[in-house]
Amino acid sequence: MSEEQAPLVQPAQPRPQSARPGLRERLMAHPLLWPALALVLLLLGNALFNPGFLALQWRDGHLYGNLVDIANRAAPLALVSLGMTLVIAVRGLDISVGAVLAISATVAAWTIARMQAGGSGGLAPLFGAIAAALAVAALCGLWNGVLVVRVGMQPIIATLILMVAGRGVAQLIGDGQILTIYYAPYAFLGNGFLFGLPFSLFVLAAVFVGLKLLLDRTALGLFVRAIGHNPAAAHVAGIRARAIALSLYVFCSFSAGLAGLLVSSNVASADANNAGQLLELDAILAVALGGSALSGGRFSLGGSLLGALIIQTLTTTIYAIGVPPQVNLVVKALLVTAVLLLQSPQFRAKARTLFSRREARA
Amino acid sequence: MSIAMRAPGAGNLLRRLREPGLLSLAVTLALFVAMSAAGGILYEGFLSPQVFLNLLIDNAFLLIVAVGMTFVILTGGIDLSVGAVVAFTTVLLASLVEKHGWHPLAAIPLVLLIGTGFGALMGVLIERYRLQPFVVTLAGMFLARGAATLVSVDSIGINHAFHVAVASTRVPLGGGASLSVAALVALAVVAAGVVLAGSTRFGRTVYAIGGSAQSAELMGLPVDATLIKVYALSGFCSALAGVVYTFYMLSGYSLHGMGLELDAIAAVVIGGTLLAGGSGYVLGSLFGVLVLGLIQTLIVFDGTLSSWWTRIAIGVLLLAFCLLQRLLARGGQASGGGHG
Repeated sequence: MSEEQAPLVQPAQPRPQSARPGLRERLMAHPLLWPALALVLLLLGNALFNPGFLALQWRDGHLYGNLVDIANRAAPLALVSLGMTLVIAVRGLDISVGAVLAISATVAAWTIARMQAGGSGGLAPLFGAIAAALAVAALCGLWNGVLVVRVGMQPIIATLILMVAGRGVAQLIGDGQILTIYYAPYAFLGNGFLFGLPFSLFVLAAVFVGLKLLLDRTALGLFVRAIGHNPAAAHVAGIRARAIALSLYVFCSFSAGLAGLLVSSNVASADANNAGQLLELDAILAVALGGSALSGGRFSLGGSLLGALIIQTLTTTIYAIGVPPQVNLVVKALLVTAVLLLQSPQFRAKARTLFSRREARA
Repeated sequence: MSIAMRAPGAGNLLRRLREPGLLSLAVTLALFVAMSAAGGILYEGFLSPQVFLNLLIDNAFLLIVAVGMTFVILTGGIDLSVGAVVAFTTVLLASLVEKHGWHPLAAIPLVLLIGTGFGALMGVLIERYRLQPFVVTLAGMFLARGAATLVSVDSIGINHAFHVAVASTRVPLGGGASLSVAALVALAVVAAGVVLAGSTRFGRTVYAIGGSAQSAELMGLPVDATLIKVYALSGFCSALAGVVYTFYMLSGYSLHGMGLELDAIAAVVIGGTLLAGGSGYVLGSLFGVLVLGLIQTLIVFDGTLSSWWTRIAIGVLLLAFCLLQRLLARGGQASGGGHG
């Protein structure tokens, strides 16, 4: 994953072979070190508190355990974080993901009910629901993308429109009701197991690997970073910045749509009002925790994945140790502030002068 | 626009309307009048004074928050923490009054101070460490909401005699119409906001920062101090809105004011303030809030429309006004080039 370091800088300073930094230095400088360390510490802390925490069991052909549970629950957030990472990487933002998740969940539930009422049996309603939900989600992304890229609105405002209106639209589709899904095959998406592991993990893995291949094996990743670092320069260099940004908005909503399928399948219902509530904030937090720059350019998909896992582990931990779950909000707030301060050059400079002053005194 | 260019003497009003902010404000006013007229034609009893005064009574807290938000957006920033600060204030106030035996008049200054301090803290993070306003205030939102639930998870009813008395006081305006104390406070905040933005050094610096922070700094304006003050002001307004909210609901609850930040931003945008900063009016936000309130009133009067149409209507209005702003911005650039 060393490709994840900003490649715009690397080619400019080819190092002679002898001056290559050792394993330890490279490890210390690895962008994923801190998020990974945080996750490991969280898990170890849990294990200290509850010795059986890390245990995995094989029962009825399925893998069970807290780790599997955390990964399964984190899957929807992780999917959205991947989309959010790329949008933020091109200096954008999408705060409508929660609303899109609600729309996708409602559309899926609505389609299933309609197709069942229409007499289609077998797996037809399943595929119908998936296709309809993802198509509508992608359409939402196109809407966001057009407003930002073609009309030229600020991303936060362009997506605010869908964030406000989106839940209204979802309630319109569901007629203000929480739609319950009475259709067994649909439950497989969010609750099913494949090769002993939750199916949602395969969805997440497929999206992640697909993205990695697309971004690292083609020039797309370089283009995305270039747009994020300097949109004007990227445009002058002949990168089709607008088309790329537009498609990233579509992908972000698409990933929120996928998450909507997983969430609605998991609870066998679609709640237009509460599904994906505050998801946009968690996704932004995951991106920040993963070490991507919120100002664009530098991004790390693996980091965002770790960020989503950290957030879910935190939630599980807080429930496990019996602290009121509301503390979660406070902890998240302090976490994101700490991460932001560590990313801020001004803060680093200040911390450095403080350190050197103390050393000088000693 | 071209008329005004060809006939420079066509009048001060036409020329002034070319300013994007004023034109946007005029559109908001026209929309408000048109919606009121439509309501008057469609529904019986819509055009009574009390219906419009109720707009102020029911949206007093939103109005106060929107005034603070206007200043933040004028500098080119954003404050997502306002709804959470409102919730925290209601819970803390209710807890102090009901569980710790404080008199409301003693508790109110304290919660206002906390709200202001909280805003100032976010301002320091934004200004000193050059962090993005939306992330810092997002963290602030989590923090305030979480702190509110730490004070009390459950809703706390306020039964203190003083609180109940103020809440039920109505100031008669003649003809059977009346306003609540909260609505008067909100109107006072609007008036103070108009003065602060229009005729003080602080206000001018706010507009200058929104136009270009770098130019403002080069002009020797106190950019850093003003930025912190703007977020402190927004924190103060949120806390005051929280106090007003306790008079409206007579309770403190950590889930009060959910999504209030979105309504406030929508009101400011519909009121004609440019999201990029530098242009807009506090008075515009008053009409933005009134338009939002009118949508809700129309839906209530209709009776057959479901509540979710409110959200969709606000979304459509937001879109329309953002598109209008883009058009005006482009037109402004084009004509600016012509003048140069």
